[in-house]
Parts: sequence; structure tokens; C-alpha cells
Amino acid sequence: MADPMHQFQVQKIMDLPDFSLPFVGRIDMAVTNATVALAISFALVVLFFAISTARVAVVPGRMQVIGESVFGFIDDLAVSIIGHEGRKFFPYVFTLFTFILAMNMLGLFLMFGPTAQLAVTATLGIMTIALVIIVGLVKNGLSFFKLFVPSGVPWYLLVLVVPIEVISFALRPATLALRLFGNMLGGHVAMKVFAGFVVSLGALAAGGGIGLLGIPGAALALGSVVALTALEFLVAFLQAFVFAVLACVYLNDAVHAGHH
Amino acid sequence: MDPEAAKYIGAGLATLGMIGAGIGVGTIFSGFLQGALRNPGAAGGQFHTLILGFALTEALGILSFVLGLLILFS
Repeated sequence: MADPMHQFQVQKIMDLPDFSLPFVGRIDMAVTNATVALAISFALVVLFFAISTARVAVVPGRMQVIGESVFGFIDDLAVSIIGHEGRKFFPYVFTLFTFILAMNMLGLFLMFGPTAQLAVTATLGIMTIALVIIVGLVKNGLSFFKLFVPSGVPWYLLVLVVPIEVISFALRPATLALRLFGNMLGGHVAMKVFAGFVVSLGALAAGGGIGLLGIPGAALALGSVVALTALEFLVAFLQAFVFAVLACVYLNDAVHAGHH
Repeated sequence: MDPEAAKYIGAGLATLGMIGAGIGVGTIFSGFLQGALRNPGAAGGQFHTLILGFALTEALGILSFVLGLLILFS
């Protein structure tokens, strides 16, 4: 059976000369399948919204309806969670959602999902939490740290509660990154393993004799692959949505840190 | 015991943490459905809370899954 982890290997497609930065060290500038997949998903998002808004009409066409409903969906989300100030963060949340959705979908079509790379999801998670901290400090000043001190808690319990709050805040980027990474990795591995069953059971049946019993098993595995593919499309959308919702919730914490 | 065998057993044991996440996700959706069927009017407004609870619970299961992979491939 083929190695199910082989599909996640980053391979060089075109080697470019390396260069070195001070304090960072040597940087490999090679074009890999990961960079190509990232560029394709970025281009897909831009192309989709360029086409859907190319001929804007009062009575929208099909593409315009799709584009507008995605836009309205995320706009509702940001405003309903963050409130009136959510409009300011709408571009960031919208970019996150569409980009992650494009990358997840690309993983289902291209056999290389950029979101199954921890480096990509960790970058998105760290970026989000950095924005939360910056917005919180700029908007609330030092009262941002009230986020770690829930009101209405007796002082002797604060010794216990404050460290827990700090740890849960510090774990936020890690869980953001690991959730997306783990879901994508797990889904692709499961699909590959079931597809491997089809091949190995089919090879068993090709031997003839008692091996013919492998045919119903292979059919069952093939059905599972089809069902898993459908499930993965749902997961691809759901994880992009969950990432956007959590980014909104964390931004809401930062914007309204003083009102806890 | 053969260290290679111990590694595989450890990876399998690490993924047992997903049992808890499975129970948790089931509890969340059953609680939501019970509430939603009693008061369908209020159900739509709580969809974000549902997804948030689901995501936070699922993250713990994913942590054990990633830990299993780390043990398996290290």
C-alpha cells in the first residue's frame, strides 16, 4: 500500500538561488509544490471575485449572486459577533475565510492541500492572535489585561483563575493552527488509507480462487472513499467557517476587553 | 519489549483521547437539538455558539490525534 503521508511532502519544483538575511540565516527560495498551491488558491479567490463583480447590475447574474451571498454571509457573522465595530475587521475575516476555503478545496482537487501543512496554519493562527493583541492594546490600553481578570470573582480565587485565563489565551493560536491542520491531515490520510484498501483487495481478487472474496471488500472500501470525499467537502467548508468564527470571537474579546 | 512495537502501541493509546472529544461533541449537539426543538424560534440565533462549542471541544480531540502522529513518525 502506498505511504499515506507521502502526499504531504514538500517537493522542489524549480530551484532558485538562496540568499541569507542577517539574524535569520540562509533562506531557501526554491519554488515548491506548496508555494504553487498557495499561489493558485490566492489567484482563484481574486479571479472569482473579479469575475463575479465584473459586470455589476441591479438585477444580479448568477456569479454576482454567489459573490454577494459569500460577502453578506461573512458580513453578518462579523457584525453579529463583534457588534457595530465588526465592520472594521470585516476585510480581515473575509480574507481569512475565502483564502482558507480556497486552500481546503484545492487540497481535495489537486492532491496537495496547503492547509495540511502546519507552517501555513500556524502562520494564519499567529497572524490572527497578533492582530487581537495589537487591536486590544491600541483600543483599550492597559485595561486590555482585564481580559485575564474576570469581574465578580473573589480575590482569593483570582490566584487560581488568572493563570488559567493566561494559559487559555496563550493556547489560542496553537489550537487555531492545530484544529485546521489536524482536520485536513486526518481527512486526507483517511481517504488515502481507504483508497489503498481498494487497490490491495483488488490485487487479492486478481489472484483468483479464495481471493475473489476480496471483491465485496473492495467495493465497500470504494463506497467509503466516495462517502469520505463528500464528508471532506463539508469539513473543508466547516473548518474555514470555524476559523472565521473564532477569529471574530477573539477580536470581540480584544475590542470589548474593558467590559468584562 | 521491542521499542518499535512500543512506539506503535503508544501512538494507538495516545489517540484514545479522541473518545472524550467524541462524547463531548455528541453532548453539545444533543443539548442544542433538545433546546432547539423546544424553542425553535431561538435556535437560529445560537448557531454561532454551537459552532464555537463544537470547535473548542473538537480541538482537544485533534490535539490527541496530532500527538499520536508525532509519536508514530518521530
